Amino acid sequence: MTRSTTDATGAALNAGPGGLPGRIRGVATSLTSSLSGSAALTIGLGLIAVHVVLAVLAPWIAGHDPVATDSTVALTGSTWTHWLGTDQYGRDILSRTLNGGRYALLVTFLATTIAVGIGTVLGCITAYADNWFDEVVMRIVDALLAVPSILALLVVVTVFDSGLWVIVLAVTVVYAPAVTRVVRGAARTIITQDYVTAARARGEKPLSIVFREILPNVMDVVLVEYAMRASWIVLLISTLSFLGFGANPPTPDWGLMVQENRTALTVAPLGALAPIVALATLVIGLNLSADGLSKSLGIDRAQKGAVS
Amino acid sequence: MNASIAPTVLLVLRRLATALLTVLLASLFVFFAVQALPGDVAQQLLGQDATPDAVAALRETLGLDQNVWLRYGNWLLGSATGDFGISLVSGEPVGPDLLVAFRNSMLIAVPAMVVGVALSLTLGVIAGVRRGRPSDHTISLVSLIVMSVPEFMVATILVLLFAIAIPVFPAVVLRGDSATVAELLPAVWLPAIVLTLAMAAYIVRTARSSTIDVMASEFVTTAELKGLTTRQVVWRHAVPSALLPTLNVVALNVAWLLGGVVVVENVFNYPGMGKLMLESVFNRDLPTIQAIAVVSALVYVVCNLAADLIALALDPRLRTRRKARS
Repeated sequence: MTRSTTDATGAALNAGPGGLPGRIRGVATSLTSSLSGSAALTIGLGLIAVHVVLAVLAPWIAGHDPVATDSTVALTGSTWTHWLGTDQYGRDILSRTLNGGRYALLVTFLATTIAVGIGTVLGCITAYADNWFDEVVMRIVDALLAVPSILALLVVVTVFDSGLWVIVLAVTVVYAPAVTRVVRGAARTIITQDYVTAARARGEKPLSIVFREILPNVMDVVLVEYAMRASWIVLLISTLSFLGFGANPPTPDWGLMVQENRTALTVAPLGALAPIVALATLVIGLNLSADGLSKSLGIDRAQKGAVS
Repeated sequence: MNASIAPTVLLVLRRLATALLTVLLASLFVFFAVQALPGDVAQQLLGQDATPDAVAALRETLGLDQNVWLRYGNWLLGSATGDFGISLVSGEPVGPDLLVAFRNSMLIAVPAMVVGVALSLTLGVIAGVRRGRPSDHTISLVSLIVMSVPEFMVATILVLLFAIAIPVFPAVVLRGDSATVAELLPAVWLPAIVLTLAMAAYIVRTARSSTIDVMASEFVTTAELKGLTTRQVVWRHAVPSALLPTLNVVALNVAWLLGGVVVVENVFNYPGMGKLMLESVFNRDLPTIQAIAVVSALVYVVCNLAADLIALALDPRLRTRRKARS
């Protein structure tokens, strides 16, 4: 292992001060976590917006049926009719990549919204309850976090088959507990505030306090959680497809495309690279948005882990 | 003396009890989730041609006709003593096979974790100390990109570079499940590098931000005013302070690391726990799935326990303050 360390460290250090041409350094400066909050947010939201527009317009700009096979044009390079070439079945890679975005964005949006929604409500309620209910929920959350997420996903997908809603359900099972824990932590600090005490003194009902006093004040944490979870969920869903447990062929899915086309990487590299570039730009967009949001809102995101 | 020790002991005991409860609950979830998997165990063991009588007899031998809670109890007792039942695929006990797969996975996961932590601490502290300088921007940019590219692609690219273009390492393990440690060693490098990169990209951010916090703190200003060199300040203050949150992030990400293990073992055909997991889910090998899940949960809980105890030992503040639950 020593070998790989020195190599990787050396490479990163060499690329450091003065090691980069000015142009690249300019790009580097504008795209990092050392960036100011608003700039990161602008670039991040911009990337996400591009993906959303491309996904919405995919059927009109793709030009080909993403699942139509044509054995006469298998594995062509870039041509006028197939801008990014074709895969081994002669399917248009550009069309598949664009349509893959529709699926990825839809699943990610649904899964993230439901998982973060459930986690937020549960986190606020447990924080306010602070009794046996809180204790029980948190012990269950801990136990769920201990089971590897990939295994939980695989089991849910195997039990219920891999439809869109099953993936959404599986991702909810995996991520709602983690969100619950984070939101509960944030809500516990809110509860000590005077306005919550005042609401209690006014005789407001517990649910009213949870939804009208606590929830609005943890929304900053929830927003950052949303962007951060979304970036992992995109990766998780494509990993699931890559492993053969997600979208079924011939669905144009990014993870599936990489799995199908990686053996032909030396012949037609775009088949695997196009979906990866699409995936990576979306994830970078989500990550930068999360960074930007947490910096603008004053929440330290880097202190958290991938699953915490 | 006793007054200062007793609360700490209580804290540790409480933490141990919580850890035990977490493992028990996780095993309960796993058991019942796996029961929901389609397919009958006895039928699967005997094959499709088995007579209904034979299936019924085997169900009785395996105790499948018993109450589900009783079966859970039996399974739990067996698991605690290392008896995870019989694999539905090989017909052999799950335990020994799982042990080999676990050892093989540790062969790539432990070096990846150690090197990943060392690498990301180094880079994170450099980026934090040189905040806003080109080296900081470069490190942050590279970690953002590595974080955003899925492991299966990093693995595929590394295979292309170091197994096909420049054949230094084998692309896949050919010997499969029976490979010995010596036979596996050449194949360990590429999977371990992929895991290291994936780990490090996340941890660099943590190390960087805690370094920035420390460098802005009053005691570092004092240390600088005392005339300590930047090197001394970094070694005495920045590195130790970045270590604790880093350990925490590593422990919390152990479950996630296993996901990475599944991916790299799949790409490299490496005979570890991740590959065993995929195969057993694919073959509906319920006892193996349960065993893998419980072992992973145990690893996760033990790592988190260790991280908490290390934090408790290193940071005296945690001992005096009432520690937050969760």
